[in-house]
Amino acid sequence: MISNESLLLVAIAIPFLGSLIAGLLPTNARNLEAWLAGGIALIEVGIFSFLYPYIVDGQVVRAEWAWVPAAGLSFVLRLDGFAWVFALLINGIGGLVFLYARYYMSPEDPVPRFFSFLLAFLGAMLGIVLSGNLIQMVFFWELTSFFSFLLIGYWQHDSGARAGARLALAVTAAGGLCLFGGVLLLGHIIGSYDLDKVLRAGNLIRNHPLYLPTLILILIGALSKSAQFPFQFWLPRAMSAPTPVSAYLHSATMVKAGIFILVRFWPVLGGTDYWLWIVAPAGLITFVLGAYLAMFQNDLKGVLAYSTISHLGLTTLLLGMDSPLALVAAIFHLMNHATFKASLFMAAGIIDHETGTRDIRKLSGLYRYMPVTATLAMVAAAAMAGVPLLNGFLSKEMFFAETIETHDGSLLDDALPYFATIAAMFSVAYSLRFIRDVFFGPPPTELTRTPHEPPHWMRFPVEILVVVCLVVGIVPNYTIAPFLNVAVAAVLGSAAPKFDLAIWHGFNVPFFMSLVALAGGVGVYAMLKSFGFTGLSVPWLSRGDQAPSDRIGSTARALMRVIATRRLQPQLRTAICVAFLVGLLPLAGRNLLPETMELTRIDVAFAVVWFIGIVCALATAYQAKFHRLAALILLSGAGFATCITFIYLSAPDLALTQLLVEIVTMVLILLGLRWLPKRDERLLETDSSMLMRRYVDLTIALVVGAGLALLSFAVMVRPQPDNGIAQYFLAQAYPEGGGKNVVNVILVDFRGFDTLGEITVLCIVAISVFALLRRFRPAPESIAAPEQKRIQEAFDVDHPDRRPGETIDDYLLVPSVVMRLLFPVIGTLGIFLFLRGHDQPGGGFAAGLTLAVAIILQYMAGGAVWVEDRIRVFPLRWMAVGFVFALAAGCSAWIVGYPFLTSMMGDVHLPLIGDVHLSTVILFDLGVLAIVLGATVLELIALAHQSIRTHRKPKPAAVEGAA
Amino acid sequence: MEIILALSIGALAGSGVWLMLRSRTYQVLIGLSLLSYAVNLFIFSMGRVRTGAPPILKPGVPETLANYTDPVPQALVLTAIVITFAMTALFLVVLLAARGLARNDHVDGRES
Repeated sequence: MISNESLLLVAIAIPFLGSLIAGLLPTNARNLEAWLAGGIALIEVGIFSFLYPYIVDGQVVRAEWAWVPAAGLSFVLRLDGFAWVFALLINGIGGLVFLYARYYMSPEDPVPRFFSFLLAFLGAMLGIVLSGNLIQMVFFWELTSFFSFLLIGYWQHDSGARAGARLALAVTAAGGLCLFGGVLLLGHIIGSYDLDKVLRAGNLIRNHPLYLPTLILILIGALSKSAQFPFQFWLPRAMSAPTPVSAYLHSATMVKAGIFILVRFWPVLGGTDYWLWIVAPAGLITFVLGAYLAMFQNDLKGVLAYSTISHLGLTTLLLGMDSPLALVAAIFHLMNHATFKASLFMAAGIIDHETGTRDIRKLSGLYRYMPVTATLAMVAAAAMAGVPLLNGFLSKEMFFAETIETHDGSLLDDALPYFATIAAMFSVAYSLRFIRDVFFGPPPTELTRTPHEPPHWMRFPVEILVVVCLVVGIVPNYTIAPFLNVAVAAVLGSAAPKFDLAIWHGFNVPFFMSLVALAGGVGVYAMLKSFGFTGLSVPWLSRGDQAPSDRIGSTARALMRVIATRRLQPQLRTAICVAFLVGLLPLAGRNLLPETMELTRIDVAFAVVWFIGIVCALATAYQAKFHRLAALILLSGAGFATCITFIYLSAPDLALTQLLVEIVTMVLILLGLRWLPKRDERLLETDSSMLMRRYVDLTIALVVGAGLALLSFAVMVRPQPDNGIAQYFLAQAYPEGGGKNVVNVILVDFRGFDTLGEITVLCIVAISVFALLRRFRPAPESIAAPEQKRIQEAFDVDHPDRRPGETIDDYLLVPSVVMRLLFPVIGTLGIFLFLRGHDQPGGGFAAGLTLAVAIILQYMAGGAVWVEDRIRVFPLRWMAVGFVFALAAGCSAWIVGYPFLTSMMGDVHLPLIGDVHLSTVILFDLGVLAIVLGATVLELIALAHQSIRTHRKPKPAAVEGAA
Repeated sequence: MEIILALSIGALAGSGVWLMLRSRTYQVLIGLSLLSYAVNLFIFSMGRVRTGAPPILKPGVPETLANYTDPVPQALVLTAIVITFAMTALFLVVLLAARGLARNDHVDGRES
């Protein structure tokens, strides 16, 4: 029997797993995607239904896996009654949305991405509600912002969608950072990030001097996520998302995450004046403002977006009132809102899908075309307006009852019932407009097609949700009451109040308020109808959607003008100077040079080598502007001096690698030079400011050079510490690493993880180079064949006895024969270097580069077409195989229970050959070899192929760039 | 020996920095290469100047710093050499693409 703890782990894992699978399915597999996603949601519902008996009566299912226990970081899953209700909401509505999305998305949309993001979002949302560790909760919180961003911007071609996605991410992710800050403060106050410990520490938190900053940071996070004033502006713009996303993320789940956090922390953060005076006004303003603005929206989804803002405001206001009964009403309204708003969004999507527009002004009289959808939407809208016998009515009654209660006796408190009634009137008015203007009246005239009912399964989710609205509204005590009890008990514990969900409480004040709101709402609607709704649009509020993001942008631009530059040179100059000064800091107030210096004897040969090397370096600096080839040759002179230094100073591995890299770099830059048109020296012009800049740069160069020289000198003349890390590596290389070449052992064994990172970088670079070159547009001056080639070809054309291209072949005849003959020799050398690498100079890097040189020589000798006819060159596959090898070598340590990349070795007896020493390190080094080989070859031949691509000639000439 | 190595590091670094501050992309590419020689030698020099003591264990010779040079800077430099190659390759291709796109080889993509 699987334990409850592992069930929780399964619940959190399968959405992400499903997301991966969904992303890999074929583009048009709408049915398969929907089955997968829906199946996962169903399994989740099953899991949580199974767990229900374990969380009633305030029990908690909890599972913990230590991660970095020293830093208080554990992966904790924690399911209590409140989280359970949320989990069921996320998965229940999630499943319905998946079904709906199957029909909503058109066959042209790339659905794998869509379902993959939706599933990942579901997982992230579950992660928030199931987190028992605060840091973990913030992580999932940011994850929901991230997937919300991807989903709003799903239709990437739509600039409105992209802008809306950016705005939503900016607001909610910034809020998430505030929440993170608040959570860190909480952890600081309590000394633990564990949710259970936090929930027990209410008094400690409220009396702590850091309470106010903590509260404000957490509230910014929660209010921005739930689109509360003053952060409400992002939600309407997020409506450019596909409708299933709006239904799911932006009404039923993600925007409720803020409410979730408020409820979660209510027992520990609430109960103070600060809470009351921040949360309640934010909720009230949002509630009234949202309802008011919703009346003037002409977009169906706009109405619903502002209505969502308003209903979230209502919930926030309830939480701000700081009484247990208000909390009950808040949780109840949150569930109700999810059901009726999701169904209304789906109905809006159906209308959009069937008519091609969401503009209320264009829609009218749709009842005669889609009576069933119309009826469903009417019921849901009535629930939104708070009509009796529907679930919205019940929670709204509770809300009214709470507003009448006296809380602190302030003016605001006394005015609350009036504000509540007015906002409720507005919500009746916009609900009425949603129904009457769309479904009744004359038949629509501005539609391009005749609408009809959607496919049955598209309507099915709406039907389910509407039935829930009705059943909860009529028999609340037999349906929702137990779950509500469980959720409230989880939050409040023993302080949970008694409440009564009866639909009839007699003629009391709340009922009277409901009647006033209903009648007043009809009146407001009638009044606005006669004005045509548009005339009353309030400029300073409707513009509010646009303004904040623009203001941020313009401020940022103004700041950029003052403190930044787009030019590279000043940036580099600043970076170098800052780096130099920072490098000086630790040296301040110390003796740079020791009193006694141990100098080794000067070797004349070494001095000569570096005399040449320094001349080469300076000449390179002098020539690189106009004489690129000369500069390249001089550069390699300096490189060669470096190489000799390595040999001379006991670093054979470095010398070998440097030499090979030198060769490969040289070929690469030569290939590139072919596409770099000559610079015209006559353009040389100098003015005084330019000369000034040069003097400044020269000074910087001299100072940096002198500083680096002095610093290295100062280190070199000091004796080496005996007890450093070097001693450890020397002593342990053979006993632990099983190799005699200490440098190689460090690379592939002790610091194997670094090397893994490095070869990953190599792969990324090679693929970037490959990708950049696929769409390469060379400079127009360099498209024609190089001068030398033109002369040679003209010569062939002038002589009737020669065929075109013959001269080039003749020129290269002897070298190419030699190069072809060298292939097996160099190949063998590469394998030799690889095999001896662990004990002698060599290893995967050197071997990979050698093999790459062998292949590149063939390209130079015969040209790309000739080579690719004869050998199979698949650098991308080599890289992939190499990566798999390296990872496999790393993971193999897990089999015997050691950490990643622990090397294992053993002697195996093979028949005929005898005892063979085998080690996973060899496999790792083989991976390094394959990746270095693949990456190098990929970069070189991608560049070499440009010659064929542009000219489309049968015979390429990759090496002629050198000419 | 120390003086020579220090001077060469200084010359390479100075030439590299000078070129990095120039306005032509190719100069910056070459400058970065020179600077990476300098930096590699600088890191390498942290292991002190030793001749004839490669960190390759020989049977019967005790594994101490008296007999072998410091292997750690060498391991660091070995990776640095390979990464330098990757960086040069990427920069070269970006340089070429920028030359084609901007119609000039100024580092800012336009003549100032």
